Parts: sequence; C-alpha cells; structure tokens
Amino acid sequence: MTANHWHPSATGAALRQRAALLAKIRHFFSQRQVLEVEVPVLSHRATSDPHIESIPAEYCGNTSYLTTSPEFGLKRLLAAGIGDCYYLGKAFRQGECGRRHNPEFTLLEWYRCGWDDRRLMLEVAELLGLVLGISQVQSLSYRALFLRELQLDPHSASDKELTACVGRTIALSFTPGDRAECLDLLMSHYLEPAMGEGITLLYDFPAHQAALAKVVADEQGTPVARRFEAYVGGVELANGYWELTDSAEQLQRFQADLQYRRSHSRPTPPFDERLLLALQAGMPECAGVALGVDRLMMLAGGYGSIEEVIAFPIARA
Amino acid sequence: MASYSTNEFKGGLKVMLDGDPCSIVENEFVKPGKGQAFNRVKLRNLKTGRVWERTFRSGESLEAADVMDRDMEYLYNDGEFFHFMEPETFEQHQASSDAVGDTAKWLKEQDLCTVTLYNGAPLAVTPPNHVILEITDTDPGVRGDTAQGGTKPATLATGAVVKVPLFLEIGETIKVDTRTGEYLGRAREE
Repeated sequence: MTANHWHPSATGAALRQRAALLAKIRHFFSQRQVLEVEVPVLSHRATSDPHIESIPAEYCGNTSYLTTSPEFGLKRLLAAGIGDCYYLGKAFRQGECGRRHNPEFTLLEWYRCGWDDRRLMLEVAELLGLVLGISQVQSLSYRALFLRELQLDPHSASDKELTACVGRTIALSFTPGDRAECLDLLMSHYLEPAMGEGITLLYDFPAHQAALAKVVADEQGTPVARRFEAYVGGVELANGYWELTDSAEQLQRFQADLQYRRSHSRPTPPFDERLLLALQAGMPECAGVALGVDRLMMLAGGYGSIEEVIAFPIARA
Repeated sequence: MASYSTNEFKGGLKVMLDGDPCSIVENEFVKPGKGQAFNRVKLRNLKTGRVWERTFRSGESLEAADVMDRDMEYLYNDGEFFHFMEPETFEQHQASSDAVGDTAKWLKEQDLCTVTLYNGAPLAVTPPNHVILEITDTDPGVRGDTAQGGTKPATLATGAVVKVPLFLEIGETIKVDTRTGEYLGRAREE
C-alpha cells in the first residue's frame, strides 16, 4: 500500500462499462416488475455463516457489523409483503482479498416469490446470457459433475476415498480436516477449472452445505440442499437457494453454525433474531440468489483482476 | 524468526518450505461460494530453482527465510568458484557453480549482478536483465535484405548461444535479454 496511489486502478473505459452494466441490470429487473430496494449495510447483527466473517464497526460505543450480504434485510421485507425485489449495492467480507476478491464488493441479490431454485437458475442464465452474450448453458447436479470429472459420488464416497482423491490431485500443506474441506478443495482446485466455457448451473449440493436453502431428498433418495451456483468459464458468479422458510429450522442452523464457530475458535457474533421473527410471521415461499457484480464486470470486459473493474480497491481505498 | 501469514504472501517474499528457502512467485486466494478459503501458492525453491505449487489454509503461516538480495560486481572464475564483490564495502563472496547454475553463461567481468545470500552465503545469482557480449563464433554474415529474414546461432564470449540475424559477424557486440535469451540488437559504442 503506497500513499501516492491517489488515482483509480480502473480505467475510465472500465468505469463507463461498469455504469452501463449497472443500468442493464436495473433495466432487466424493471422490465420484470422486480422492485429495487435498499437495506442497511450497517447492522447490529452479523452473519453466522461458518466460512464468512463480518467486518465489525463501532457505532455509538457498540459493536455493529458491515453486512456480508443483504439477505436478512431482504427476507424481512419479503415477510412484510414487499413481493419480488432486488438489492444492488455493497457488501463486505473480512479477509477476502485476491485476484477475484475485494473485501468491499458489489452484490446483486434478488428474490422471486413462489419460485423454486430450478426456475430461478434459468433466470440467472438469462441475465448472464444477456450481459455476457453467451447462449451456451449446461446444467448439472453437484453429483453429476463429480462423477463426470472424478468418477466419485460426493454424497456416498467414504471419507477415506475423498481424502485419497484430494491426495492424488492437490499438493497440500496440511491434512484435510473433514469431508466438507475435501469437497471444497476438489471443487476449487479441480472441478471449477474443468467446467469449461459457457454458463454452468450446478445444483443439488451436499446437505451439509445447505446454508439457508431447503434440504429435500433427490430422485435417488439422498437429502440434498436445494441450492445452486452459476459459473462462467469456471468462475463462480452466483449462489442461489430455494429459501428456507421454517423459523425453527433456521434457529437450529444458526445454533449449529455458532457451535461450529466455537469449536474452530472463530468469533461467535450474536445471530439475527429479527430474521427469526420475520420467518415466524411468515415469509412467502421463494427462491433467492446473490451474484457478484465485480466478477460479472471482469467477465463482461475481459479483465483479469478485480482491481481493473473497481475504481478504488482496498489497497487504495 | 519472523513468520508470514498467507494474507501477507506476495511475489518476492522469501519463506522456508520443507526446510528450503523459497521465493513466492504467485499467491492466489480461492474461496468456493460458501466453503473454506485457501491460498494456492507458487514458490520457487531457491536451492534447486524448481517451482512448487502448494495449497494452504488461509491464515496459515510460514517462517521467513534468512535470505537477502545484494547487488554485486562479478570479478572472475577461478575454475572452482565464482567471485563477486560488493561495490560499496569491497567485501568479496565466492559462489559455487551450484549457486551460479545456468547464470554462468551470462556472467561478464565487472557486470553488476544480484546475488542472493542465504545465511550469509551465496545461494543464487541473477544476471543483469540486459548484457552486452561479443560474438566469438557464428556462420559468415550474409549481406542483402537485413530487415527481415532468418536467424542463425551465434556463440558469445561467455559461452551462451543465441539466435541472431543472418547479417551479423564474428567480433560484433550485441545486446541480449538474459531472461529470454533473446537478441535485442547491435550494441552501440559507448
């Protein structure tokens, strides 16, 4: 970090392209009668997600947090009856910095009432197709991708088989702790690069990766998270759920998250009881998805790093 | 000894891995959607020159390597060791042919090189990016169209062999990029 870097890291052309992209996104949703809403980025409560850290901020002597996504605010609006809506704005994540990560980034998140994950996947592909000019779309289950590339069923393979597969394919400085870590390693090191060009919609994740998605048995009777991710050329762009609406189940997941955090010596911020109250009051059945706009910009303009599409990335912020 | 966490990793940082000093070439932060964060790191083993790829859990640390880069003048080769001198202190260091390795073919007396010291002893030598050397052997020059056309191998005073345009002759001095081994042009009289 050098003090004399007052100037932006993105070119004027990139910033104009960025403005055009934001306008295109807003047009896409206004045509479909999806309402743009704003929710706070400064919140009294933090995420409990096991692998996402909030950035604390002091407000009037109390610890508040910069939100890691607009999810809870949007869900409270849905429970209040706002209907289909989207947020296009900033989100913040502690420690996430790299070629495709900036701790402060632009997120697009939207919800469709009455839809499930399958239907929302198609709308994600439509938006990506429109912005990136790509028509090639493949959709496959998490299991199908593992079978195709590694001849391994991620749901039924034993811990030993998974660890052996990681050992064969990736040079590690540590021993994988559990199957979740093995799957993450195989996904990020081996499967993402193998996805190829075009849009890939990956669905039916392992149940332990449900986050806030419903868990339902698939056609083979395996409980799977009704969650999907969208990739373009192996770059992860979006993560969507058929949303959990059951407040008791939500409470259990919050508690399990905190338990995981405690056992891994991570901070355990208080979970958001206002979301629980909203779910109790009744959030409509819906599907929602979050999409990284900076990465979309990288792909749309052919940029190799996130710094080229953000005026002032963290090192210059 | 100091240590560095993955979020401090950047190109050029010198760390210890598996008991060998390494220089970080590239550090990529990867994080699957809702999954765990890792750092995929490329490191050059400074002893062997080999590039290692290794994945760390984000937040892991590596011990710093006691390695420093110094600009030194190349003096001579006594048959066994290559001798270098720090221009300011006149302190001399002798580097083994293992440490010099492939760089030997670019070493011209009095040129300023970067010598990497590990625990105080030369571990590796990096030649200047551009060197000016005399052609000591090549096929006879061909006159005529010099703007385009083929190349031929030429042996330089230090033993390096580079591809040069057909019109060059023995005795001429040329400028070469040591990183690519590419001919850059005729050297002007200075």
